[in-house]
Amino acid sequence: MQILLVDDEKELVSTLAERLGYRGIDAHWAVTPNDAISMLSNQSYDIAVLDVQMPDMNGFELKEQMEAICPELKFIFMTGHGSEECYDEGCSQTGEAFYLVKPVEIDSLIEKLNKIMLDGGKR
Amino acid sequence: MAQETKNTEKKAGGTGPGTKLLIGEFLNYKRIWLLSFVLTAAFAIIPVIFFAVLDYNLTQRSLENDAEARASRLASNTWRSLAFFLDERKNALNYVVQSNSFEQLENTPQLTEILDFLHESFRGFTDIGIIDATGVQRAYAGPHGLAGKNYKDQQWFKDTMAHGISVSDVFLGFRNVPHISIALRHTTSDNTYFIIRATIEHQLPKILSEVKTSGNGDAFLINARGVLQTSSHYFGDVLKKTNIVLPLATDQTRTMTITLEDGQDLIAAFRHIPDTPFILVVLKSKKEIMSPWHQSQVTLFQYLGISISVVLLWIWAVTTYFVRRLKLLDRKRSKYFHMAEYENKMASIGRLAAGVAHEINNPLAIINEKAGLIMDMAHFKEELKKDTRLLETVSVILASVKRCSRITRQLLSFGRQTQTAPVPLTLKSVLDEVLVFLVKEAQLKNIFIDIDVPDDLPQVVGNRGKLQQVLLNIVNNAFAAMPRDGRLSISAQKTDEPFVRLDIRDSGCGISPENLKHIFEPFFSTKTNQGGTGLGLSITYGLVQELGGRIKVKSKVNEGTIFTVYLPTTIQKEE
Repeated sequence: MQILLVDDEKELVSTLAERLGYRGIDAHWAVTPNDAISMLSNQSYDIAVLDVQMPDMNGFELKEQMEAICPELKFIFMTGHGSEECYDEGCSQTGEAFYLVKPVEIDSLIEKLNKIMLDGGKR
Repeated sequence: MAQETKNTEKKAGGTGPGTKLLIGEFLNYKRIWLLSFVLTAAFAIIPVIFFAVLDYNLTQRSLENDAEARASRLASNTWRSLAFFLDERKNALNYVVQSNSFEQLENTPQLTEILDFLHESFRGFTDIGIIDATGVQRAYAGPHGLAGKNYKDQQWFKDTMAHGISVSDVFLGFRNVPHISIALRHTTSDNTYFIIRATIEHQLPKILSEVKTSGNGDAFLINARGVLQTSSHYFGDVLKKTNIVLPLATDQTRTMTITLEDGQDLIAAFRHIPDTPFILVVLKSKKEIMSPWHQSQVTLFQYLGISISVVLLWIWAVTTYFVRRLKLLDRKRSKYFHMAEYENKMASIGRLAAGVAHEINNPLAIINEKAGLIMDMAHFKEELKKDTRLLETVSVILASVKRCSRITRQLLSFGRQTQTAPVPLTLKSVLDEVLVFLVKEAQLKNIFIDIDVPDDLPQVVGNRGKLQQVLLNIVNNAFAAMPRDGRLSISAQKTDEPFVRLDIRDSGCGISPENLKHIFEPFFSTKTNQGGTGLGLSITYGLVQELGGRIKVKSKVNEGTIFTVYLPTTIQKEE
C-alpha cells in the first residue's frame, strides 16, 4: 500500500509517515501541493491523505488535480476543522467516514486506509 | 471556555442595547391610547355640542322675541278695547253737554232724567254733577247728595280746567264697588266754562278678564304710582300697592321681562292709556310659553347624550383595538428582532469556537503524532521499552491530547450550527455538546446532573444549532432556578407518536400558576430588575416550533419545574 501524505505542517506529516512505516505501510509525504503533484508523476500511490487548508491550494482543488493525473487514486481528508461548508464539501467528496478531524489516532487512520483499499471509497 | 460561554449566554438572556428603549416604548401605550382617544373624541364631539348650544340659544331667543311680540300685540288690542270703552263714555257726556244748556243741566230733576237715560243706555253711571268754573257743584244727581260742594282745590278739578278732561284713579264708591269718575270741561257759546262729572262703575275688569281667560296670562291696569287699578292674578286685588318698575309713559307698547319674588320670569307688555292715569299691563308666564320648547329641548339633549355616548363608545372600541394591535405588532417585531440578534450572537459564538478549535487542533495533532512516535519507538526499540517512566509520561500526554481533542470536537460541532436543512441528529450527542459548557457551572453550584437517554432512542430530525439553543436555554433556566445545590434530571424516551419525549426536570424554586400561564409570552419576565428581557423562553418556544416539536411546562412552587419537549424523529420523516 503506497500512501502519500500532504500537509503544510512538516512535523506532522513526517512523524505520521514514520509511524506508518513502523506499521509496515509505505508512506511518503509532501508539505506543499506542488511537491505532491510532482511526486505523483514520479510514482504511483494508492491513497492520498490531504489536509484541507493549505497556503497555496486547498485540499479539494488538490484532489481534482491529483485525480486528473492519477484517476485510480483514493482520498482521505484530514483537517484541523474546516468551516461548515468545508465539512459539507469534504463529506460529499469522500463520505463522512473519510473526513477526519485532527488529531487523528493512528489506529483509526490505518483502519480507514484498510477500509478504503477494500471498498474503493466513495468517488 | 465554559466561563466565556456562560457570560455570553447571560447577555443573550439579558439586556441588549436596544432593550431598554423598547421597554420604554411599551410603557407609552397608555399615553398613546389616551391621546388618541381624547383627540378623536374632542374632534368628534365638540362640533356637535357647539351646534347644539348654538341651536339652543337661537331658538330660545327667537321664541322669546315671538312671545314678546304676542304679548305686545295682545296689549295693543286690549288697549284699543279699553280706550273705546272710555271714549264711549266721554262721548256720551259730551253729547249731554252739547245738547243741553247750562241752565237745563242746572235743573236737578232734568239732570236726574239724564242720569237715568245714561244709566239705561250705557249702564254703570252712578251719579252725575255739574260744576261751574269756580269749582262749586251746581247740580248733582245720584245717591250722595253732594250739591253745593266746592271742588276748587281738588287736583282733578285743576286737571280738568287745564286739559279739558280728566279720568280719576279707581276708588271704592257707592256700595263699595270700584268706580272711576270722568270729568269733562265744556266751553259754552258765551265763552264760559263748566264741568260735567260722572261717576261710573268700574267695568274695565270685564274687558280685561276676556284677555286673562284667553291664554295663561294676566292683564291689569295700574297707575303711575304702582297702585293696582284692577285685580291681578300675580299681584293681588284692586287698589293694592305693587312694586312693579314701570317704563316711562309713551304712546308705544313697551315689553320687558320682569322677575317675580318667587323667581318666576314673566314677559310684560306695557301700554299707557291716553288721558287717563291707567297703564295697561299684559303678563305672560315665560315658563309656560317656553315649556313645549323646553320639552323638545330636553328630548333633543337626550338624543344628543345618547349619540355622544355611542360615539364615545365607538371611539373607545376602535382606539383600544388599534392600540392593542400596535402593541402586539410592536412586540412581535421586537421579538423577531431579538431572535435575529440572538441567532446572530449564537452564530458568532459558533464561529469563534470553531476558529479556536481549528487553531488548537493543528498543534494538538503534532503533539499527538510526536508522542505516538515515542510510543512506537518504544514499541520497536528494546532499550526504550525498559524505561517505564518515559512510557507512563507519554501515555499521560496522549490521554491529555485525547481530552483536548474531545473538547475541540464539541466546540467544532457547536460551531457547525448555521446549517439550515434538517438533518438526523443523535439527541445524546447534542446534549453532550451543550452540557460541556454547563458542567463547570454545575460543579460550582453543586448541582447534580443526571442523564438518562437510552442508546436505542431514534434520531431526531432538525437543525443542530436550534436544538442546541433549545437545550441550552432550558438548562440555563433550570440552573437559574437553583441558586445552590440541586438536581437536574434529563431523561428521554420514545413515544407512541413519531416523537421523542425529552424531560428536563429541576429541583428549583418553581413557578407560580399565574406566571406559568405567561411563561412563553415574549417580554414576560420575573427577572426584569435583574436584567432579563423575558425573551429566553419565548425564543425557545419559537425554536421548538421551528423544529416541528412541542414544548410543555409543569411546575410546583418550591418543588421544581419540568420542561417537556417533544421532538420529531426520523420515523416521521420516513412516513
